[in-house]
Amino acid sequence: MTVLQALDIGLAALVLAVAGWTIVAREAFAAVVGYVAYGLLLSLVWVRLFAVDVALTEAAIGSGVTGVLLISAAARLRKTEAPATDERLGAPLRLLAGTVCAVVAAALAAVVLLMPDPGSTLAPEAAQHLAETGLGNPITAVLISYRAFDTMLEKVVLILAVIGVWSLAPDRYWGGAPGPQRVARHEGALAFLAQLLAPLGIVVGVHIFWVGADEPGGAFQGGAILAAMWMIVMMARLVEAPSISALWLRLTLVAGPVVFLAIGVLGFAVASGFLTYPTGFAKPLILFIEAFMTLSIAATLPMLVMGPPSRPPRP
Amino acid sequence: MSTIADVFTVVAICTGSFFFMAGTVGLLRFPDALTRLHALTKADNLGLGLIVLGLLPQADGMLGALKLIAVWALVQLAGATVAQLIAHALLRKRPPT
Repeated sequence: MTVLQALDIGLAALVLAVAGWTIVAREAFAAVVGYVAYGLLLSLVWVRLFAVDVALTEAAIGSGVTGVLLISAAARLRKTEAPATDERLGAPLRLLAGTVCAVVAAALAAVVLLMPDPGSTLAPEAAQHLAETGLGNPITAVLISYRAFDTMLEKVVLILAVIGVWSLAPDRYWGGAPGPQRVARHEGALAFLAQLLAPLGIVVGVHIFWVGADEPGGAFQGGAILAAMWMIVMMARLVEAPSISALWLRLTLVAGPVVFLAIGVLGFAVASGFLTYPTGFAKPLILFIEAFMTLSIAATLPMLVMGPPSRPPRP
Repeated sequence: MSTIADVFTVVAICTGSFFFMAGTVGLLRFPDALTRLHALTKADNLGLGLIVLGLLPQADGMLGALKLIAVWALVQLAGATVAQLIAHALLRKRPPT
């Protein structure tokens, strides 16, 4: 066994241990912290599998943004947590739930172990047609070209999620702004971090989006970093969240899918059908779509984290 | 020349790992949250600093070296801020007697 193999086995054992701890943890906050650590370890696993794109997404979305979402949910639920944990389910029901989970886990493990080795793959075909898209990163080609429809629907789902969150607003707050209010005096560590990090993070986010055409990166990862920067300046109370009726906010939220859809429909006229790109223009069109996607993701994720509006609209 | 660089890398990374180890022991053994925080930030600060220093001779050109230094600087910034925030939360919860 080489050193690298030993490290891989150690990493896998660590992931399993943290996953188990996340399930066993009694307190919601502790479970969320476990989940974030689990996500970061998982992104190391993806790096070891040479899937850097997936690792970036896992770290940014799976661990980062989802972690923030879950932490704010845990903080909101703290008051009701003690009564909720007291209401324990009966032993038969718990046994049944445990059995069902074990069966599902065993079935998944069996499916993975029974897969042919090497598994059936479309990778050679994807690589073969990469030149036609003008891109250097096959992941981006799969996301925005070969399987463009899936990617577009994913972004629509994100917007639906924001609409869902906003619908939880009480009537008197409808059209108001979510999140904490801005404070005039900025002091403390968080405000310092936000002021220092946000400009850097914006540059990194745009860079990750831009290199996504040829190297690991892309709209989702870049957008998530930009979203994190907006979140941190809102959390440090340097800026306020916009009111949910602001036109610019709503336009930014839908910009990505709208541009995607418009170029997709244009495919009927200038290429061979819906969501196809004319020969030679694939790369600029893909980057154009991705730019708007990045913008929409950077607006969508903070709006999900900030939650429903918590103040009445300004008259 | 490259042998000297390799020796430097090995020594610096081993020293860095030692600081991480010491920080972890401190995190497990220290009696209260503030001292544990102290152990944790020292590990980040010196441990990662030494590991980055050790990796610099092996870096992929100037740009790679700058990226490594940027990683260290960002971790410093995040670590210091998080330590302040956690300490602040602790003090607010339990005022010093």
